Amino acid sequence: MSLRRPAKNQPETFEFSSSSMEEANKIVLKYPEGKQQSAVMALLYIAQKQNDNWIPLAAMKYIAKFLHMPYIKVYEVATFYTMYNLSPVGKYFVQVCTTTPCMIRGANKLVEACKEKISDKENELSNDKSCSWMEVECLGACVNAPMMQINDNYYEDLDKEKTLEIFDKILKGEDPKPGSYRGRLNTEPENNRKTLMDIKNA
Amino acid sequence: MLKDQDRIFKNLYNDMGVDVKSAQTRGDWVNTSELIAKGRDWIINEVKDSQLRGRGGAGFPTGLKWSFAPKEVGSRPHYLVINADESEPGTCKDRDILRFEPHKLIEGCLIASYAVQAHSCYIYIRGEYFIEGQKLQSAIDEAYAKNLIGKNASGTGWDLDIYIHYGAGAYICGEETALLESIEGKKGQPRLKPPFPALIGLYGCPTIINNVETIAVVPTILRRGGKWFSSLGREKNTGTKIFCISGNVNNPCNVEEEMSIPLKELIEVHAGGVVGGWENLQAVIPGGSSMPLIPKEKCETLTMDFDSLMAEKSGLGTAGIVVINKNQDIIKCMARIARFYKHESCGQCTPCREGSGWMWRMLERMAKGEATKDEVDMLGEVTNQIAGHTICAFGEGSSWPVQGLLRHFKKEIEERNNLDPIVQKKNNIPYLVDQHLLDKKNA
Repeated sequence: MSLRRPAKNQPETFEFSSSSMEEANKIVLKYPEGKQQSAVMALLYIAQKQNDNWIPLAAMKYIAKFLHMPYIKVYEVATFYTMYNLSPVGKYFVQVCTTTPCMIRGANKLVEACKEKISDKENELSNDKSCSWMEVECLGACVNAPMMQINDNYYEDLDKEKTLEIFDKILKGEDPKPGSYRGRLNTEPENNRKTLMDIKNA
Repeated sequence: MLKDQDRIFKNLYNDMGVDVKSAQTRGDWVNTSELIAKGRDWIINEVKDSQLRGRGGAGFPTGLKWSFAPKEVGSRPHYLVINADESEPGTCKDRDILRFEPHKLIEGCLIASYAVQAHSCYIYIRGEYFIEGQKLQSAIDEAYAKNLIGKNASGTGWDLDIYIHYGAGAYICGEETALLESIEGKKGQPRLKPPFPALIGLYGCPTIINNVETIAVVPTILRRGGKWFSSLGREKNTGTKIFCISGNVNNPCNVEEEMSIPLKELIEVHAGGVVGGWENLQAVIPGGSSMPLIPKEKCETLTMDFDSLMAEKSGLGTAGIVVINKNQDIIKCMARIARFYKHESCGQCTPCREGSGWMWRMLERMAKGEATKDEVDMLGEVTNQIAGHTICAFGEGSSWPVQGLLRHFKKEIEERNNLDPIVQKKNNIPYLVDQHLLDKKNA
């Protein structure tokens, strides 16, 4: 189990903005009548997006009222799932996969790059407060290992040099191009493709 | 090698585009209403004939699963739930289906929903696959706009709504009952079975849960016939399968191949061989991290299907093959997998919650050579106390890789760890419980 605690400094109040409210109302409609509690996960995402990528306790209370459910149930969900950030993270939130398939392809080099460019420790903001990084468990792109996720995008087939280049870009506030960094097409065997060649050459 | 015309996922690498038009050129959505007009029994029988087994890891026969849904819809509606919570280390096949073959999945959803009489279908995608989820959502929107799903979907008279539900980084939600809890807006902690979800599932209603790949191959099976599908592979292990080959190979890749293909062919032909040559191979994890590893000697002749791997005391699982060569420290690799399970245990059952941490800490010490001789056997005991003593299969999933390591690499562990449990001279190993013996001697 992973142990997760909410941040010490919490804002007093939280309210959905009008666009968040619109989105939230749409999501509640996806579930059958009387089962609006199902929307809690999606609503926590909306709150997280609105609040600079982390969820304050006030937002959990707000969502509990919004969905007519006990606050503790929202708190349970927010602390159980690891993608809900309970304390502030950088505007660029770097998650490096270090599980075995990535590890044996050199994910530790990516971690080194994070330590060099962003911060010495995990979950610590960089000097300019724009980035933070953490090690995560398998992100499900094992054939493109080693890889990392920055906000929603996957950056694949990396090595230390390319990772440093990506960090240089995000520290300048640019958005680097997601996908493979060895220029291969998605998950095809690089330079060794034996299947579906007619379609490729069509 | 499988012939290209027998491949189901022709757009696996996205050579052709994902929109509905290009999907139609690949044969999707062409005669969906005709297939459905043949009726529920025909569909389920055809899937049974194909001997399709679930692609999510357990390999349960799909046709049989569908036939568990109640024949008549009672007061409670039926649901179809698609498990796209792909988090098993080594596995990344569903991701490619979600982003490049979404229409195969959506059409499969329609056919499966009709077969089990569901009007609502939830697709549970892991939260990290946000971009893939968006791509699937735009494919769903496209299908709605063309009335392929929705009211009177594809002119079949069947109404179907498909919704995406995002997870949020919990591996355990790939377990079917934990997934249902998660859709209901709770912590993803598995339920006791029975009752099985086919009778009491989502919101207490009959629910059929299938993996993405299972559902996505169904339309092609119906079009080309169950006989065609069962002619591939071997008895009870039929059809094609997407294999994900990662780790120390020259060209890691996803590739769709026939079931029962030799492992060596997959590695040598498709993945460009082991880094450093076949002789440099140490072990292979054949089916995602929770399956016990297989040492090199057995890899020579191993064929990749459910039953032949079971005979080797491993399993096909999700067919995520992780190749580990001799440059890697095998104990460290397994320690990292143990850390994954320690992190992902949901915390409901004590043996798994505590035991997964024990296994991790012991393996970490063993990797450093800081364990005592007795601990090697003790580790085996710990795994036996976890497996079979938990609500869900996570207990097995976390202890099998460790058991596999002990089965095939015990000698390596023992060579590295030969500390005597009785402390003879003062050395700073604070976790040794026998430290007091040392203190006495000095007193």
